[in-house]
Amino acid sequence: MASTAAASAIELGGAAARPHRSMLSDTIRALRRQPMALAGLGVVLTWLLLGILAPVLPLQDPIYQDLSVRLRPPSRDHIFGTDELGRDMVSRVIYGARVTVPAGIAVILVTATFGSLLGAIAGHFGGLVDSVIMRLSDAILSFPSIILAMAITAIRGGPGLSNALIAVGFVLWPEYARLMRSQVLAIRAQEFVTAADALGASRMRILFRHILPSTDAPLVVKATLDVGAAIVLTAGLSFLGLGAVPPTAEWGAMIKLGADKGLQYWWYAAFPGLAIMSVVMGLNFFGDGLRDALDPRRRGRW
Amino acid sequence: MGLWRYIAQRLVLAVLVMFLVSLGTFTMAHAVPGSPVEVLLGERQAGNPEVRAAVEKRWGFDKPLPVQFVYYYRNLFRGDLGMSVTSRRPVMTDLRQYVPATIELALAAMLYATAVGLPLGLISALRANRWPDHIGRFIALIGTSIPVFWLGLLFLYVFFYRLHWLPGPGQLDIGMQRPERVTGMVTVDSVLAGDWAAFKSALRHLILPAVVLGSYAMGIIARMLRSSLLAALSDDYIRTARAKGVAERAVVTRHALRNALIPTVTVFGLTFASLLAGAVLTETIFSWPGIGRYGTQAALKLDYPGLFGVTLVVAFAYVTVNLIVDILYGILDPRIRVA
Repeated sequence: MASTAAASAIELGGAAARPHRSMLSDTIRALRRQPMALAGLGVVLTWLLLGILAPVLPLQDPIYQDLSVRLRPPSRDHIFGTDELGRDMVSRVIYGARVTVPAGIAVILVTATFGSLLGAIAGHFGGLVDSVIMRLSDAILSFPSIILAMAITAIRGGPGLSNALIAVGFVLWPEYARLMRSQVLAIRAQEFVTAADALGASRMRILFRHILPSTDAPLVVKATLDVGAAIVLTAGLSFLGLGAVPPTAEWGAMIKLGADKGLQYWWYAAFPGLAIMSVVMGLNFFGDGLRDALDPRRRGRW
Repeated sequence: MGLWRYIAQRLVLAVLVMFLVSLGTFTMAHAVPGSPVEVLLGERQAGNPEVRAAVEKRWGFDKPLPVQFVYYYRNLFRGDLGMSVTSRRPVMTDLRQYVPATIELALAAMLYATAVGLPLGLISALRANRWPDHIGRFIALIGTSIPVFWLGLLFLYVFFYRLHWLPGPGQLDIGMQRPERVTGMVTVDSVLAGDWAAFKSALRHLILPAVVLGSYAMGIIARMLRSSLLAALSDDYIRTARAKGVAERAVVTRHALRNALIPTVTVFGLTFASLLAGAVLTETIFSWPGIGRYGTQAALKLDYPGLFGVTLVVAFAYVTVNLIVDILYGILDPRIRVA
């Protein structure tokens, strides 16, 4: 894993010997002292689990319509109330977790990998490649994400969850490119890289075998926080009518439907919104804790 | 000498980014399904051969792509962004109408974010890890975690629908005469017209959307000031100041705060982008006639000229604000210029 490679890299660099402790176990130990971070992680895992288990939970079918109970406020039968087709909101919110949370995680995994790779290539090879990639990412960063995402969705021929996710991924990669580039630049100057170079390793080998395994902490923190950002952005696009379209049980799309119905039906938009907020807050708490755990200098600050 | 060089560098970079952005919209216009003439005119108008020929000539669509790019630039500099498919007016005219409302909203939001975020961060840092800090951090975290469109609905429900404290969507009470248009910002125009009833109504309509839009920036500013003030307070020169007997109040305001504010200034530039993005959602919820709502409508109706016009204006605003922030940063912190 990355941690062992980093440790062997330190040995190669001739740093003073220190007790062999993996970064992962260090991180877990530090995280254990952060109740808020653990609570955050718990909230996120709960939503993931609820989403995965939704089909086997004792829930009403999220697309089952009972027109006799349209737009009913929360009651004992329907704790979150019902929507305009008499569908149970508890069930729809939980099925929404099935869509929103994995989509947010997947989008960040893909965009972070892609962006980091581009950033690593830019930093490692420098010159023209570097300039092209970094100026391109500057240009993308100078668009507010949602407006660029709107343009991309429109170009791809209109709304749809997959179009929204492509747009979100496209908007977020440059930040990873920047972060990775600066890390690669810093690591490249260290002695173990020079050593690998002297041993005749190819540039690609140096990049993938020596530099990339030593870069992880800030990227992991950023990715954690960004899952929340991706969820909010996707939901925002759906809210504008540019993302998931009904009858998909997606939280942003549900809020839009609720808002269109009117403020007197408050529960319709309230519960999907609370769901989004709890996931994002959970991720923020966990990400902040993770940052502190990975970087001892920052403990107690944010 | 360092400062001017630095400013020149930033300026060149900003122009380069703007060029890439416009290249991006040009590429997008060609990536859209359908011919670029149809993109610019909308399908119905493109059916008219005369109109079609005139547009083809003006934008050079019969010429090779690089020449088209030159035409595109010539038109851009003339302020010609094509015709909006939905409003049937030049996009530039539309933008002129809608931009002031967005500026008004963004300024009010920034004012709120600063007025609340700075004291919050200050209190958090001075009472670090005690109750005021925990509360302050929690408020800041809510501000950055809550989706802006949901906060908007929540506030509308509570303060408008339930409590009737503040008016609902729109810029003025229904039936109220809009003051004569000078700046396009209703609050300013009503003052200029001496119409105090309109001013009061406009101000009351501005409060909810501004607070909703500004809440994210408020959270960021509070967090940033807290962490940079804490960092500054643990520096050596603070110990020196305390050791020589400077009053605690002066230590904070004159020594620590001054240095802590520098990183907070950069955050302004960064949060400005989130402000513009949030404006899209806030304007939609509050029926605020700004470019965010205009852009959303354009995207939903596949009105590409309108959408690209908004894209360009917003990118331009963002690049300009960040240029100003960069320069301010260079003036405030001499070390930046050398690096």
